[in-house]
Amino acid sequence: MLCVVGTAPTDDFPLVTGAVRWEGEKLAVGSSILAVNRGTAALLAAALAAATELGQPAPVACLVGDTGTGKGSRKLYAHLTEFLPAAAFRTIVFHYLQPIVHWHRKLQDVLGKLTPRPCLIADAGFMYAAKMSGAAMLYDLFTPDAGELAFLADEEAPHPFYTRGFILHEENRVPDLIARAYRHGNAARYLLVKGRQDCLADERGILETVDSPVEEALEAMGGTGDTLTGLVSLLIDAGMDIRSAAVAAMRANRLAGALAHPTPATQIGEVIGHLPAALREVLSRQEGL
Amino acid sequence: MSLFSFRRKGAGEKPPAERGGQADRGFLVFENTGEVLQAEGLLKEHGWEIRVMGPPPEVRQGCDLVIEFPLIEELQILRALVAEKLPPLNTVPVTSPLLQPVDIFQVKDFGRWLMVRAANMKLTVDKETTAIVNVSGGGCPDVPYLAASLVGQTLAGAPPPRQIGHTLCGYALQLAYEEVQRLCSV
Repeated sequence: MLCVVGTAPTDDFPLVTGAVRWEGEKLAVGSSILAVNRGTAALLAAALAAATELGQPAPVACLVGDTGTGKGSRKLYAHLTEFLPAAAFRTIVFHYLQPIVHWHRKLQDVLGKLTPRPCLIADAGFMYAAKMSGAAMLYDLFTPDAGELAFLADEEAPHPFYTRGFILHEENRVPDLIARAYRHGNAARYLLVKGRQDCLADERGILETVDSPVEEALEAMGGTGDTLTGLVSLLIDAGMDIRSAAVAAMRANRLAGALAHPTPATQIGEVIGHLPAALREVLSRQEGL
Repeated sequence: MSLFSFRRKGAGEKPPAERGGQADRGFLVFENTGEVLQAEGLLKEHGWEIRVMGPPPEVRQGCDLVIEFPLIEELQILRALVAEKLPPLNTVPVTSPLLQPVDIFQVKDFGRWLMVRAANMKLTVDKETTAIVNVSGGGCPDVPYLAASLVGQTLAGAPPPRQIGHTLCGYALQLAYEEVQRLCSV
């Protein structure tokens, strides 16, 4: 089963753990309702859509409200150190949490002792925390966009805000940035890099690329990276190997984006509605499940 | 001094190894010790985990004390200090005190829409109406909150990210917002 760890963008959202379900056009965990928008909600919506399509169990969400003060994130970190040892997830994806090194290290100890070891995926703020803690290699998959890849490649930067200019200028040279991230131990076992051309890489370099269909407008749309992370996480949890899952997710996410006929003003909810059809189309052409 | 006006000068230097475990911490550098002590009281009153300490050589600026603070929460901490007329001279990461905030903007013109990226944050506006139509990128938890607060508002009517954001991602979004405003001449 897939566990999704993240935050909701309101301070009054309680700490909840439970299977996620649709409640009309919104998501629900227990009695708590979450609007589908960018962030962990978009990741969950994509994962739930994929789970339904594949006949898999709904993802379990560990969520808390946090608008950036870090208060909710601290509660969630503390909860996870107690909750995860007693749980048995096949895959865990960590998402929008305040990057806090000492909390990451506490959690790192817990994750290292889980048996059997789950597949560990990190995106957004939690990926920043993993890099800051010098523990990137603990994870199986990071899902950075181009700007975040530059941050991973910059061994000095504590946050993307401090990525050095000469590395940002290298952004079009994705293979070089990937190599630099691995050289300094700041990458997970696999990197799924989201961009004009999506790619999957490991320490040997780029393994797979997906570059069609192309919708320029998707670069402006908040949430497309979240949906891609949700898709790949669910596909891995459903039994696909990471490489096959990444290719299927990259293709399906791009196809869903194209089906929405987006402009730079399109919102992620319109893409999520096309994910089931896109995934069906992609999986019908791809072996792996 | 503007909240966002300070920038470090100088070239990169290898961080001391003993700071390796403090990657999420920053230093606030002040004009004098009196300001450090006032700021310490204020920040502790707000509940932030901070400590006063001697500065590393890279940021010694005539004051013999600095405040170590949670770097990710820089935006809300600066807001609290500025509100009390205690703006620091500088803020720098503990692990690499000579790093500067990103100052490179990437601009993409979609015709009717204009997108500006600062670091990991992207802000897109409708050039005809100046409405903010999308916020993308980022990883700190205020990003979805900022997006929900800004999308649909005009540049003139939207709350600046520095007023409602809390983190370095919020700070990066502020820089993108200022650059969009400049390009749209609002």
